[in-house]
Amino acid sequence: MAWLRALLALGFLLVAAVAGAVQPDEVMKDPALEARARTLSAELRCLVCQNQSIDNSDAPLARDIRLLIRDRIGQGESNDAVRAFLVSRYGNFILLKPPFELATLLLWLSGPLTLTLGALGVYLARRRAPPPSPPLSAEEEKRLEEIAGGEAES
Amino acid sequence: MIVEAGHFALILAFALSLAQASAPLVGARRGDPALMAVGTSAALGQFVLVALAFAALAWAHLTSDFSVLNVAENSHSAAPAIYKFSGVWGNHEGSMLLWTLILAVFGAIVAGFGRSLPTRLRADALAVQGMISAAFLAFILLTSNPFERLSPAPFEGQDLNPILQDPGLAIHPPLLYLGYVGFSIVFSFAAAALIEGRIDAAWARFVRPFALIAWCFLTLGIAVGSYWAYYTLGWGGFWFWDPVENASLMPWLAGTAFIHSAAVMEKRDALKVWTIFLAILVFSFSLLGTFLVRSGVLTSVHAFASDPRRGVFILVILAAFIAGPLALFAWRAPMLRQGGLFAPISREGALVLNNLLLTTVCAIVFFGTLYPLALEQATGEKITVGAPFFNLTAGVLMMAIAFATPFGFSLAWKRGDLLGVAERLAVAFAGGFIVLVALVAFLRGGPVLAPIAASLAVFVMLGTLSEIVSRAWRRGASLGVMLSRLAGLPLSFWGGALAHFGAGVALLGLASTGFGAETIAMMKAGEMQTVGPYQITLDSLGDRAGPNYRESVGEMTIRKDGVVVATVEPARRLFATRQMATTQAGIVTLRLGQVYTAIGDPNDNGAVAARLYWKPLVTLIWLGAVVMALGGALSLADRRLRFGAPAPARSAAAAAARGAG
Repeated sequence: MAWLRALLALGFLLVAAVAGAVQPDEVMKDPALEARARTLSAELRCLVCQNQSIDNSDAPLARDIRLLIRDRIGQGESNDAVRAFLVSRYGNFILLKPPFELATLLLWLSGPLTLTLGALGVYLARRRAPPPSPPLSAEEEKRLEEIAGGEAES
Repeated sequence: MIVEAGHFALILAFALSLAQASAPLVGARRGDPALMAVGTSAALGQFVLVALAFAALAWAHLTSDFSVLNVAENSHSAAPAIYKFSGVWGNHEGSMLLWTLILAVFGAIVAGFGRSLPTRLRADALAVQGMISAAFLAFILLTSNPFERLSPAPFEGQDLNPILQDPGLAIHPPLLYLGYVGFSIVFSFAAAALIEGRIDAAWARFVRPFALIAWCFLTLGIAVGSYWAYYTLGWGGFWFWDPVENASLMPWLAGTAFIHSAAVMEKRDALKVWTIFLAILVFSFSLLGTFLVRSGVLTSVHAFASDPRRGVFILVILAAFIAGPLALFAWRAPMLRQGGLFAPISREGALVLNNLLLTTVCAIVFFGTLYPLALEQATGEKITVGAPFFNLTAGVLMMAIAFATPFGFSLAWKRGDLLGVAERLAVAFAGGFIVLVALVAFLRGGPVLAPIAASLAVFVMLGTLSEIVSRAWRRGASLGVMLSRLAGLPLSFWGGALAHFGAGVALLGLASTGFGAETIAMMKAGEMQTVGPYQITLDSLGDRAGPNYRESVGEMTIRKDGVVVATVEPARRLFATRQMATTQAGIVTLRLGQVYTAIGDPNDNGAVAARLYWKPLVTLIWLGAVVMALGGALSLADRRLRFGAPAPARSAAAAAARGAG
């Protein structure tokens, strides 16, 4: 639904989703550190975009945060420390994967709960159903064969 | 004049839809064939009228009649004809008209070709279909009139949003809407069955063709949208777990579940209540998607308030068409008799598992999409739910589904032999395992999920193939006999096999994204960069003029070990009318992978920021989706499932015998 997203982006008028993301002058010299920066920026939301990570956003603010991450990583901070700093500054809103806490309990448990309830439902439905009828007698089988005329099973 | 005629046709269509929504319903209760027949004529008439209205709007767009507000806002006299035409639905009003047109098409199909359906069921279904039409036609006429005039008329239009000036706009929305709206028929039949208070295996036979058509189109629509995003956005992302995308994924997941449970209902007369429930659910998700996108509630809660009429109107439609049938369901479902018993280890059992897992994925997507909205409304706290969340939760479940697929496809109906199936799948299992070991050994310390997903994909593909082989293979049989056995398999089997194989193909493409390469660098003309196994040279940078834009183009040559394999032309386009720039990626398909190049605007030194990617097997993502849709189409071609095909007498007799036994 790229076109609808485009319409939405237009409505928002803050960013057009084009030619985005990490620019050559941002890339860190050490590939290991750069890889860490990329991993981290894929987990962070571009705050002014419609559901984009800063890793693939054009917005100036996204670039600022990408540079900030690289700056801090370059100073030897761990990914967790950088993340914690950004959360303290922008709130959980910046995390594309929300933390597991009281406010997001239902969100994180939506999968397990649905699965459990569904399985319970299947179990109850089966228990309520009458027991399977005994297999057909040879005579019944013969009669069935006559009526069905050997209809192919598929 | 033509424009006013279009408007008038739409008003007439609305009047007809009201007749369609009421007369057949009354007729079915009183057993009055004349009243029931009103539904048929009204549905056909409505189709003609909505088609006229759509043609009128298309005419206004094609002739650049800027006295029509909709044309003035979304078209330009210099635009190529294809974008003038696709611009008809490249805006809110026009896209709702397309939605309604497709709704009318499906209504007309039921009216025109449904003669073999039970009269009352058809009358009720057409009535429900009429109610949906009436709601959406009222929505268009009251809040989103595409025929509004503008006086004085401007000399030139404001042009279509440049991002939408793409062949993708011509294909993607119609496909998607055919999918969304196709499920409305399934929904109408479910509601009709609930009104009647009676459903049987024949019901599943009636709706399965519609469900399959809708599912095929939805699959293709999502795939086209994803490929469009891939080549438009300039860095090769193809799925973002964006709320708008999720809105199309939810009906797809529920629709996939429905196709499987309807198969159980048709073959074994089981899961009837659940299937009806799913039928309501699928279209509810379609409506929810329309609501989310059209009301603007997703962009921000404030956009919703800025145009409250539209948002509230769709919300009312949504509530009525979800709550109504669900209430009907709660009232009627206990009366529906369950049939068709089966052991837990059986084809039916596997399909129950399939439904359970697909529904869970659907629930996760639903919660992930709406939770931030709900939380902000309730507590004011803002959170984001994005790709990392969905990849972790829905991704893992999708892999579980992939693992279970070959088992379900190979198990026998009623009572299956898991051990036997496992034996038959041994080759497929070994194949998947070898791929896993090879990838892990080869990559050492690379991505974790990608090798697992790749091995699962191979397992699904080989598992499907081994089921085909085992259907033909008999110890000591000659090749000719085996081939004739294969030829004798029903088309619906081949359709299922192809669709499952396609799912494996798509999964392999998705897994391969973990093995790509990326180079981001400033490049001047003559410079070379390496990405994956390829060397890419920027030969020159130049300017070019298009019909309604200017672009700066980079000519690039791709070499492998010094040998030229392809040339690409990534570009930046500037559209003067809207002062917007778009990226035209330079893409070339090599084997099944793609080299993907994009450039930014040249700087003062004549250098451009270039983004070069090697994406191995990436085309499999969309090829897999096409294969899946082909599988659906093949099932559709099966004579026994053809819509309106007379039910064979002997299967009715067999059903009677089953009931007696």
